[in-house]
Amino acid sequence: MPAVSKGDGMRGLAVFISDIRNCKSKEAEIKRINKELANIRSKFKGDKALDGYSKKKYVCKLLFIFLLGHDIDFGHMEAVNLLSSNKYTEKQIGYLFISVLVNSNSELIRLINNAIKNDLSSRNPTFMCLALHCIANVGSREMAEAFAGEIPRILVAGDTMDSVKQSAALCLLRLYKTSPDLVLMGEWTSRVVHLLNDQHMGVVTAAISLITCLSQKNPDEFKTCVSLAVSRLSRIVSSASTDLQDYTYYFVPAPWLSCKLLRLLQCYPPPEDGAVKGRLVECLETILNKAQEPPKSKKVQHSNAKNAILFEAISLIIHYDSEPNLLVRACNQLGQFLQHRETNLRYLALESMCTLASSEFSHEAVKTHIETVINALKTERDVSVRQRAADLLYAMCDRSNAKQIVAEMLSYLETADYSIREEMVLKVAILAEKYAVDYSWYVDTILNLIRIAGDYVSEEVWYRVIQIVINRDDVQGYAAKTVFEALQAPACHENMVKVGGYILGEFGNLIAGDPRSSPLVQFNLLHSKFHLCSVPTRALLLSAYIKFINLFPETKSTIQEVLRSDSQIRNSDVELQQRAVEYLKLSSIASTDVLATVLEEMPPFPERESSILAKLKKKKGPGAVSVNELEEGKREGGELNGGGERGGDSSAIASTPSPSADLLGLRAGPPVTAAAPSAGSLLVDVFSEAGVNDDGFLRFVCKNNGVLFENQLLQIGIKSEYRQNLGRMYLFYGNKTSVQFVTFTTTVTCPGELQSHILHIHTWNSLEPLIEGGAQVQQVINIECLTDFSDAPLLNIKFRYGGALQNLTLKLPVTINKFFQPTEMASHDFFQRWKQLSLPQQEAQKIFKANHAMDTEVLKAKLLGLGMALLENVDPNPENFVCAGVIQTKAQQVGSLLRLEPNAQAQMYRLTVRSSKDTVSKRLCELLAEQF
Amino acid sequence: MRFMLLFSRQGKLRLQKWYTATAERDKKKMVRELMQVVLARKPKMCSFLEWRDLKIVYKRYASLYFCCAVEEQDNELITLEVIHRFVELLDKYFGSVCELDIIFNFEKAYFILDEFLMGGEIQDTSKKSVLKAIEQADLLQEVLIYCYIDQVDL
Repeated sequence: MPAVSKGDGMRGLAVFISDIRNCKSKEAEIKRINKELANIRSKFKGDKALDGYSKKKYVCKLLFIFLLGHDIDFGHMEAVNLLSSNKYTEKQIGYLFISVLVNSNSELIRLINNAIKNDLSSRNPTFMCLALHCIANVGSREMAEAFAGEIPRILVAGDTMDSVKQSAALCLLRLYKTSPDLVLMGEWTSRVVHLLNDQHMGVVTAAISLITCLSQKNPDEFKTCVSLAVSRLSRIVSSASTDLQDYTYYFVPAPWLSCKLLRLLQCYPPPEDGAVKGRLVECLETILNKAQEPPKSKKVQHSNAKNAILFEAISLIIHYDSEPNLLVRACNQLGQFLQHRETNLRYLALESMCTLASSEFSHEAVKTHIETVINALKTERDVSVRQRAADLLYAMCDRSNAKQIVAEMLSYLETADYSIREEMVLKVAILAEKYAVDYSWYVDTILNLIRIAGDYVSEEVWYRVIQIVINRDDVQGYAAKTVFEALQAPACHENMVKVGGYILGEFGNLIAGDPRSSPLVQFNLLHSKFHLCSVPTRALLLSAYIKFINLFPETKSTIQEVLRSDSQIRNSDVELQQRAVEYLKLSSIASTDVLATVLEEMPPFPERESSILAKLKKKKGPGAVSVNELEEGKREGGELNGGGERGGDSSAIASTPSPSADLLGLRAGPPVTAAAPSAGSLLVDVFSEAGVNDDGFLRFVCKNNGVLFENQLLQIGIKSEYRQNLGRMYLFYGNKTSVQFVTFTTTVTCPGELQSHILHIHTWNSLEPLIEGGAQVQQVINIECLTDFSDAPLLNIKFRYGGALQNLTLKLPVTINKFFQPTEMASHDFFQRWKQLSLPQQEAQKIFKANHAMDTEVLKAKLLGLGMALLENVDPNPENFVCAGVIQTKAQQVGSLLRLEPNAQAQMYRLTVRSSKDTVSKRLCELLAEQF
Repeated sequence: MRFMLLFSRQGKLRLQKWYTATAERDKKKMVRELMQVVLARKPKMCSFLEWRDLKIVYKRYASLYFCCAVEEQDNELITLEVIHRFVELLDKYFGSVCELDIIFNFEKAYFILDEFLMGGEIQDTSKKSVLKAIEQADLLQEVLIYCYIDQVDL
């Protein structure tokens, strides 16, 4: 125990702390603490009034105990008493206790607020600062309610002391962050901005944090700060290293303020005023020049402060992305740092260069550093630095260096840390596809990927390689040969078996001429893997076998024997058993012709045809309202996969199912919903899996549950229920990767007029901005329909995956028909009402071609899903469908009638909707025309 | 800045300051997790790391780790110097500060930090201004605790 002080140094506290430190075990510590708690409790409860010193000492002990990690449930009142003490130190301890152990007891808060109010109006600057600190530390809504009005006044008042101004500025910032609605700057705006000109550097430093935050939220109101910030920066940058006295830090003039000024400027585009811009460019050049000057001190603090400003200046240059000269200079500077002996600088240079790589002006300059970056990936000892190097390689990749970069990433993958493998695999897969000129290289790369890191290869990646092989005649033979060789390895990854099974099933004939890969050899090779595989892979292999029977009649008896064996035909797994039985039957009864037709080679996947885009573009007209938004969503979805120009491609797997896709018609009936589990999936899953995005929003018109969106990272499922004019939607966000998503935020907005049509209240069940790998979180949205509407609310999702920001906007499937109440009525009533709704604008009609098979049961299911009552025996023509329902909005009820007339011969429909409100008829007609 | 932690090489938390409302349970979990990550790092490794959605900037002074969690857009190098300036302030105030000073005078350490940072933002970077504020308090209370055990190497 150290020598303890004289006077009121709280000797008792020091003794207690030293006792705790001497405790040999956790139990002893707890015992000592309990003893102390009992002691303090009795003192507080005792009859004798405690003097200020004792109260302070005990409160301080409680605080110490709390900070050790124990719960404290008393002492708040004593702490509050200390607040009104005249002794600074007692007041200070009281405030410290309150700041650390916030209590929501409202009586207590009233007392605390009273004490704060007194101190704020005391005109004693030290007391005022203490009070402001307490408000900032607690930062609760109650505090904001009580003081948000008062603090701006203190901040701008002419007679406020500098130290109080500083505290007031930061206190206000804290309140603004917690309760922005309560902090109204309005009249103060201009005076706050002018704090940038304050004489006192400390005031400017504190104020600029507040101004930056306010500018981010209200850029227009604060835009006058730009020229002030530039002139302040210019004064600092041009000052000598000792001019600013105490604000010079290791020979660097005001580094904190400089960084903050540069950060503030990043809230705005480049200044429009030529003079201001010129001055700023000059500043940035000076900062870059200074980096080349010899250091004024050998201390790391000097170089850190100097480089902090430099990196912030580079961030601003990148943010403007308009000065090629500065961008290239920034890149060269970072290039020097790449080889610096300080690990910190290498790390930051790699990180910063990543953003430079995306600027057209500096992309080429960044590329010149490729060798250094590759070397960093190989030799850096710190995994976080290697990760930055991998990110940078990905960012600087283009057609010219793709082969080199992909090769380096692949070789790094062999030894990469498990934590970053999945991300690396995605990156390699994306680069390989994006920059493939020759597809045999692409096939090699993906197969290598599976070989090296098979566990981390997601389904989308191997679906994609199959799709590309199917579509490219020139690579099929090569692919068959390569997978055949890859399968020779005694232990090969299951994903390799899947790819191998699929490709040999389709194109095994291309290599069958070689006796080393004769049909039987191929079959035996595949079958040797069979027993080690999971059910879905076995299912896939069985399909490959039946394809073999068609390709190579000589294998028929061998394969039939396999199919006939008990382990297949009596397999306990229903899917496997069914396949074995059906394939066996098919192979024995179908003629060669039939077999050849059924098992024909897969048709090419329509390239990108399936994406929402292509589909919607074909359908101009009212139904295509959403083209732009969806296009946008798509593009963002592409970026989500990390892809650029062809990013959307990975979803091109989602092609429209072609007739032969449904191998053997095993999947009869309506198209399987995307939510169906993909286990035990067929080859055709290549189509249906990513088909999830396919209709996105429109797929939900006639149903309430399903998958709204899915890509390699994220799956979004929806469950919803509606009653009257109210609805509740459950959104499920599933992280498909093994890496956590961080800063996960979602926002629902109602664009334009929609706000007044739908009211939504939106609540998080688990407000964790973090989704662990493989985890799913749920969000609930309540919806109230106020009047009828046509647009859809938008759901924006932002999160970071392995450092990269992901941003995605989707339409939420809230459509007017969700608020239908079915109405049953007899034939007579129906036609009577039909006639009543005879104004021309009440009717909307559309004649359109069938998009799907005209199956009566499917049509019925869809119409029921629409929410109206499907009326039987009403229409004289039994082929037609009629429905009736009432849309419940808060403002009114809208009765609607519908008639759908299929024409099987022409494969056309005529759809007529009549409603008491014209907008409703129109909207229903638009929505429905996309459904059949 | 979201929070600042001081902990010893043995994994004892010496000071914690949270600048956003966080539940006690989460605080404990985060502290435990982060200490583990930082203590496992080797001396020559870089001072920055990505952790959850935050950037962690840390530096070791003698037996103590100073660890700040900052946001995506914050400047790492200047945060390192925030740490250093705080250490300087402690040093100036205690006179060759050591871990024991911070243990026995934890309330002072909090006061100094509060004068330097408020709501996670720098209030004043001038050593003089910050110390002046602290010393004013000490006019009434002349606590002088001397100890030279395990001195912090500046």
